[in-house]
Amino acid sequence: MSADHSNNNVEWPLWEVFYQPGNGKPFEHAGSVHAPDAEMALQNARDTYARRNEGIAIWVVPSSQITASTPEDVGPFFDPANDKAYRHPQFYSTPRAVKKRT
Amino acid sequence: MNTQEKLKAFQQRIDKGEKIEPKDWMPERYRKQLIRMMSQHAHSEIVGMLPEGNWITRAPSLKRKMVLLAKVQDEAGHGLYLYSATETLGVKRQNLVEDYLYGKAKYSSIFNYPTLSYADICVIGWLVDGAAIVNQTMLAKSSYGPYARANIRICKEESFHKKQGYEMLAKMASGSPDQQKMAQDAVNRWWWPTLMMFGPPDTESPNSAELIKWRVKSKTNDELRQSFVDRSVMEAQAIGIEIPDPDLKYNEETGHWDFGEIPWDEFWRVIKGDGPMNRERLKARRKAYEEGAWVREAAMEYARKKKLKEDKAS
Repeated sequence: MSADHSNNNVEWPLWEVFYQPGNGKPFEHAGSVHAPDAEMALQNARDTYARRNEGIAIWVVPSSQITASTPEDVGPFFDPANDKAYRHPQFYSTPRAVKKRT
Repeated sequence: MNTQEKLKAFQQRIDKGEKIEPKDWMPERYRKQLIRMMSQHAHSEIVGMLPEGNWITRAPSLKRKMVLLAKVQDEAGHGLYLYSATETLGVKRQNLVEDYLYGKAKYSSIFNYPTLSYADICVIGWLVDGAAIVNQTMLAKSSYGPYARANIRICKEESFHKKQGYEMLAKMASGSPDQQKMAQDAVNRWWWPTLMMFGPPDTESPNSAELIKWRVKSKTNDELRQSFVDRSVMEAQAIGIEIPDPDLKYNEETGHWDFGEIPWDEFWRVIKGDGPMNRERLKARRKAYEEGAWVREAAMEYARKKKLKEDKAS
């Protein structure tokens, strides 16, 4: 059905948008925009996701360039972290006198 | 895991209040319902620019013109957040858009009514955006992560929309006799269509039970409608506006405002395409889409040539 009416067979590529909400803050994912190139992706991202100074800096990345972990592998993929309690400070004991002070 | 077990595990995640993310397993029906609901929501935001855009050039002051421009631009933004979120379900934005321009996809019936005076702009902000807030506050807790996040973003901006409308209406309602008449006339025309925005009554809403089971929604159409009526009655009283419903009455027992019968025949007629502005809206949207095609193509071609040049230079 779409094909009959579609007079624009080129859909602009998709870009993922990240913005920095404030000075010193880590970048956050906001959503995506369509744009023909990086420059316009930046402008579209600003108009779409930062109309009220939500961000002080923006990154745009072609969506096709993102590699993500898959939920099916989540168990084995993150498993090595589960049995390493010694990576956390709670694993270690501290003399009572020192503990009180902190 | 077979499908039955997967379904069970999925429901358990939902019941625990977990969010479902794009790459997670989900029932096909959940995906389909979300695509239908989210794209319908997106189309509504985009069509919603038309009735208000109608008054940008005739706003009563520069201040009001700036406010209205900003509001209409926000509606475009809301549409884009929602298309972006819908695309995470593996559909193309262009197909979604064409589905409603040339196919069967729907948008909110409210945008098929005309904006006859500037008072309509006040009332749209107060009632239509007010109703949207009630709905979207619920959707901000939706089980589908990208949809919930898009709605959180929308809700932050929507309260500006409602407040600017309510403030203008209050001003009009305390103005000259003519202004007061205009304000009341607009409320009379928009009240019932606004109540229809929450969808058919629970007894005739085929999708509700399933959407609630999956926590896409957490309240029924009638529950949302009631909370909207309760709030609006109070707000109307505060600015001397009358709600055009002779059956409106406070119910001591329930603590809610009982209201009269909604003209559902009109609702179904508008949904099926026969409202006062259905044809006009679709025509305007198709025109914009078709006449913008060369711009989209030219921008793409410009980007291609620019890249070619850069590649050559390096």
